[in-house]
Amino acid sequence: MGLTAPAEHRTVSYAPESQEGWVATRLDFLVNWARANSLWPMPFGTACCAIEFMATAASDFDLARFGMERMSYSPRQADVLICAGRVPFKLAPIIRRIWQQMPQPKWCISMGACASTGGMFDNYAVVQGIDTIIPVDVYVPGCPPRPEGLLYGIRMLQEKVKNERAADAGTRDEMEPDPSSQLYIPPSVIDELGEPFGNSVNQTRSGL
Amino acid sequence: MSRFEVVRTGASAPGVEPATQRNVAHRNADPNPSAKALQEKFSSAIKRVEVIWGETVVYVDPASVHEVMGWLRDEPSQRYDFLSDLTAVEYRDAEVPIEVVWHLRSLPFRRFLRVKAQIPKGKPLEIASVYDLYRAADWLERECYDMFGIRFHGHPDLRRILMWESYTEGFPLRKDFPLRGRFSRSEQLRQALAQNPEARYSMEELTIADAFAELPADMRERLGKGERTGE
Amino acid sequence: MDRRTVEVELSTTGLDASGKPQRVPILTDDGGGGLAVQAPPGIEPDLEGEHMLINIGPQHPATHGVLRLVLELDGETVVRCIPHIGYLHCGFEKIGEYRQYNQIICWTDREDYLNSIGNNVAFALGAERLFGIETTERCKVLRVIASELSRIMSHLVWLGTFCIDIGAFTPFLWAFQRREEIYRLIEKWVGARLTTSATRVGGMAADIPSGWMDGLRQFNRTFPHTLDEIDRVLTKNAIWVGRTIGLGVMTPEEAINWGLSGPMLRASGVDYDVRKDFPYLDYETYDFEVPVGTNGDVYDRYLVRFEEMRQSVRILQQAADRLPDGPVNIDDPRVILPPKSKATSEMESMIHHFKVVMEGPRPPIGESYVAVESPKGEKGYYMVSDGTAKPVRWRIRPPSFVNLAAIPKMVEGHLLSDVIAINASIDIVMGEIDR
Repeated sequence: MGLTAPAEHRTVSYAPESQEGWVATRLDFLVNWARANSLWPMPFGTACCAIEFMATAASDFDLARFGMERMSYSPRQADVLICAGRVPFKLAPIIRRIWQQMPQPKWCISMGACASTGGMFDNYAVVQGIDTIIPVDVYVPGCPPRPEGLLYGIRMLQEKVKNERAADAGTRDEMEPDPSSQLYIPPSVIDELGEPFGNSVNQTRSGL
Repeated sequence: MSRFEVVRTGASAPGVEPATQRNVAHRNADPNPSAKALQEKFSSAIKRVEVIWGETVVYVDPASVHEVMGWLRDEPSQRYDFLSDLTAVEYRDAEVPIEVVWHLRSLPFRRFLRVKAQIPKGKPLEIASVYDLYRAADWLERECYDMFGIRFHGHPDLRRILMWESYTEGFPLRKDFPLRGRFSRSEQLRQALAQNPEARYSMEELTIADAFAELPADMRERLGKGERTGE
Repeated sequence: MDRRTVEVELSTTGLDASGKPQRVPILTDDGGGGLAVQAPPGIEPDLEGEHMLINIGPQHPATHGVLRLVLELDGETVVRCIPHIGYLHCGFEKIGEYRQYNQIICWTDREDYLNSIGNNVAFALGAERLFGIETTERCKVLRVIASELSRIMSHLVWLGTFCIDIGAFTPFLWAFQRREEIYRLIEKWVGARLTTSATRVGGMAADIPSGWMDGLRQFNRTFPHTLDEIDRVLTKNAIWVGRTIGLGVMTPEEAINWGLSGPMLRASGVDYDVRKDFPYLDYETYDFEVPVGTNGDVYDRYLVRFEEMRQSVRILQQAADRLPDGPVNIDDPRVILPPKSKATSEMESMIHHFKVVMEGPRPPIGESYVAVESPKGEKGYYMVSDGTAKPVRWRIRPPSFVNLAAIPKMVEGHLLSDVIAINASIDIVMGEIDR
C-alpha cells in the first residue's frame, strides 16, 4: 500500500485501568464484516421466485436478520442483484443494463432453476441461464427455492464476501464484454451450455 | 352480510338453467339456439355447425366474419356482448387451414358460442378485425398477429406485443417454427443484447410528445426511416 | 362523477365510549365541513406547454413484475399511457404442444404463480372435458378447497402489494403471515409451497393426509380475524379512501366491451361470476354470495376482493363439512396410474404404469374451452386434440392480460401517483400476461 506508520506508532501501549475499550483487527476483516452484514439487495423479481423472495422478506423468515431488509430498487444504491425468476431474451438487455448500473463492489445471486439454467423453459424465448449475460456469484437451486434455500444462498454469499482480500486488485474490476457480440463468454460456450440435455431431448417432437 | 353498501348478492340469472359439465356427449348434442338463428340469417356464410363436448362451434366464411359478429353482438335475441377469447389454431397436418377462433359469451342469456373461420395457407393470412365491435380484441389480435402472423384488417395498431419489434425469427406458434427457435443460442442472445435498452421510445411515442418537430433535420430523417433512438 | 360520503376514521379524534376510534363523517355536499374526498377533476389543459414522457419499468417495484408503462404527462396529469408487455414471454403455449397433458400441469403452476393450485384445477377440468371423463365426488370437493385456498392466497398478495404501493406496510406483513399458514397446509397436502402440480387428469396427485382438515378448520376459524383487522386499518382510513375513491372508473358497458372479468368487472356493477353463471365443480350447490360494486373505481375493486376472501372462507367451511369418503382418482386405466405398490411388484401393473407415463393418455379428436373463476377473472384453457397424446394447441385465456389492456383508458386524466394505485387495483401477474 505504500503506507508505513511513523516510528512512534509502531508500538502500542495499553493501560487496562483506563477503561477504554479497543479492538485490533485487520482492515480486510473489518471492511468485509461490515459489507457482508449490510448487503443491500436489488430484487430483480420477474416470476414465481419473486413471490418466494417476498415471503423471505416478510415476517416469517425476516430478511432483516441479515441486514438485507433495505430493498434497493435503484441499482445505483445496491450491492447484490438477486435475480428471482426466469429471464426471457426480451429482458436480457434490461438485466445487463441494471448490472452495469450497479457500483462496485457488487455481487449477484441467481435464484431458482430458470435464472440459473433456463429451467423447464428450454424454448425460443428464455435465456438459458443468466450467467450468459452477467457474472453470477451464488446459484440457488429450486423451482422456486424455499425461503430457507435463499437464506442459505445469502449466507454463502456472506462467506464469500468475508473471504475477499482488499489487496487482490482485479477482483473488483469491471468486466468488459466482447465489443462485437456484447457477450462476456465466447459464443461457442453459450451454444454448448444451451444444448438440451436430459428428459427434454426426447421431447422436441410435436405429437407422437 | 352487507357490511358495505356497495356489496350486494350476486345470483345466477333467473330462469336460466346453469350449464354444467355433467353428461356431455362427445358429438351431436343439441346445439346452441344461436347456431340455428345464424343459419337462418346468414345461410351461405355459415359453413357448418358442430357440437363438441357440449360446446357449439360455428364455422363462418372468413369474408363475413365481421358482419356475423356484429349481428351476434347487436341482435336483441342474441346479445353476445362479451368477447372471452380470440386465438388461432394451426394443425400439425400442413394441408389443414389455419383457424381463427373467437369465444363469445352472452352475459344476458348466459350462453357460450365458439365462432371459427378457416384461412387457407399459401396466401397471406388475413381476416377482418373485430376491434370496433369489442375493444377486448385490441391486445388479443395483436397477440395473434405476433404469434401466428395473421393480419387483422381494421386494427388500428397492429404490431408485435410479446416479442420485441425487431424480432426476426418469425412467428413462434406456427408449426414450422422449431421449439428452440431458428437461431443458435449465442446468436439469439447477441440479437437480444443488441437492442439498446434505452431505445425505448418508438417513433409514435416521440411524436406524441411534440418533440419530433424540434429534432434536428438529419435526426428526423433517420427516425423516419425507422431507426430507433434513446431520449 | 357524483360525490360520495364515506365515514373515515381519523386517528386524532380519540376513542368513543366503547374504546373504538371515533368515526368522523367527512364532507357531504350540504356542508358538513372537514376533508373533501372526491373524484379528481377531469383533464383541464390549463397551460399550453410541452408534454413530458416518463417511463416506468420494466424493472420497477410498483409495476408488479416486468410491466413497462410509457406515460405522456401534462404537468402531473396523464394524457396518454402506452403499456409495453412481453418482458416475461416464456413460450408456455408453444411448449404445451410438445408435452403430454399430465406434464403440462407443471407449466400451469408457473404461469399465474399466485394462483398455481387453482390453475392446476382449471387445466385438469379442461383436459377432463377433452377426455370425456368426470371425476369423483371427493375429488371435486378437494378441488373446490384447493381453488378457494388459492383465491385467498392470491388476494392476500394483491392486498399486501397494493398496500405497499399506497404506502401502508403493515398489512403486507399480516397478509404474508396468513399466507405462510396456507403454504403450510398446501405443503402438507402436495409437498410443495408454490409450484404445486396438485392435480392429474382424472384426479389429484395425492389425497389429503389425515388430520389435514383440522388445520383447514383452524384456518377458517382464525382467518376472518385477520381480515377484520386489515379491514379496520384500511377500509375507513382517510388516506386509503382518499387515494382510491373515484380512480380508474369503468362503467358497466365499458367494462363488458373491454372484456374485463373477475373483480374488475364486478366492481363495475356487472353481476358475472363463472362460478355462478357457468358452474363447474358443483359450485351451484355451495351457498355463497358474489360481491358486486357500483362505482367501478379502485375503492370498489378493493371492497369486492376483500369480500371475496370472506366468501371463500364460507365456501371452505361448507366444503370441509361435506367432504365425502371414497377414492380421489377415477377408476379408468386409460389415464390413471396403478398404485405404486402394485407397479413395483406386479408385471402387468408395471407395464401399465410405463405405458401411461411414456405414451401418455390420448383423448379423442376434439376441442374444449373450460373457464374457471380465477382470482384475476375468467381464466380459460382452450385445448385442441388431434387424437395424439400431446395437444395441437394449448391456449391460455389470461384474465389479467385482457384486464391490463384497459389501463390506458383507466389512467387517462388521473395524476401520475394514481397510476400506481390503478395499476395495483387491476391485480396483474406478469407470468400470466406474457406467458
